[in-house]
Amino acid sequence: MSALTQQSAQNIAGCAAPDQSAPLPASVDLNKETVISGVVDVDGQPVSGAYVRLLDASGEFTAEVVTSPEGVFRFFAAPGTWTLRALARAGEGSTEVTAAVGQNTVSVTLSD
Amino acid sequence: MSRENVLVSAQWAQENLETPGIVFVEVDEDTAAYDRNHIPGAVKLDWKTDLQDPVRRDFVNRDQFSALLSERGIGNNDIVILYGGNNNWFAAYAYWYFKLYGHLDVRLLDGGRKKWELDDRPLSTDAVTRNATNYEAKSPDNSIRAFRDDVVSAIGAQNLVDVRSPDEYTGRLLAPAHLPQEQSQRAGHIPTALSVPWSKAANADGTFKSDDELRDLYAEAGLDGQKSTIAYCRIGERSSHTWFVLRELLGHAEVRNYDGSWTEYGSLVGVPIALGEEPGKVEV
Repeated sequence: MSALTQQSAQNIAGCAAPDQSAPLPASVDLNKETVISGVVDVDGQPVSGAYVRLLDASGEFTAEVVTSPEGVFRFFAAPGTWTLRALARAGEGSTEVTAAVGQNTVSVTLSD
Repeated sequence: MSRENVLVSAQWAQENLETPGIVFVEVDEDTAAYDRNHIPGAVKLDWKTDLQDPVRRDFVNRDQFSALLSERGIGNNDIVILYGGNNNWFAAYAYWYFKLYGHLDVRLLDGGRKKWELDDRPLSTDAVTRNATNYEAKSPDNSIRAFRDDVVSAIGAQNLVDVRSPDEYTGRLLAPAHLPQEQSQRAGHIPTALSVPWSKAANADGTFKSDDELRDLYAEAGLDGQKSTIAYCRIGERSSHTWFVLRELLGHAEVRNYDGSWTEYGSLVGVPIALGEEPGKVEV
């Protein structure tokens, strides 16, 4: 519990990227938030340490996170069309998603 | 100002990991990143617990900064090479800080941790200890720092550059999309501010674009080269990245970073706010 409390306090204070594999902070209201999350994989295996960018409908950078040891990323966006672009030593990949309020799950597969 | 004096390549950095008088310093938005691994020999500065005052909403003062760098083993004459994750946002913030307190020679590692990792360069988990120094910070150079009254009086008079993402500028998001959108202050931007997201100044691997590309970027955005400039974002770290580009790479004379940024401005009572994609007008 203390870790969660610390996590959400840190989120409010600054731009620190939350631990990507941690459970959603208790303060996150899925009736309001548009969460886009998923796994980066290559050949069916999750890729940790991949850089994942969230691009808006015009292709402009919105945010970037690094995947967790389980290959997981997470963004807090708004309803609409977004592109996820992943970059790692194993290759690159991108996926488009049309997100709605709540949890939106999407995977990004890398290729050379 | 030339690029060589303020920016080093990953290759140069790797060749100088053990050069005496050069200190590598990691500053991250993810404060656990350094503990997982770091550039061999690098020390850590925590942007929050080390660089922010624990009580006031302000950053550490001259004496606190002197004590911090002394304890980390950084000397006044050391060449400090700053790097970090998230495309060097917090490393650029620390760079601005080192300049504010008058450090003689501080440089950014081009591309930061991202470029270093993608290049598969060495990372270490070894603990790093350096002998303490007697660091003496100079008086803060507030000519590179903007406060809220400077910003309000700059509306329609000076260049204001909003470096957040387009969705934050227009008012659709309150924070970068890797953070919960839970804050309560108003959304939008400072009237007359140009929207030039920090990311337009960087390549996909996190390195800075060329001087020619950067000059074109701000010229096309309508930045008036005859006026002074204030850059802002949400908490002042992405705007440090743009401050670095405008002042240190392009050599603009009067550029200030508004570290209060949108978390302060968007909570002020009685100030004008613009919504949508247009910069907006001066209220009369």
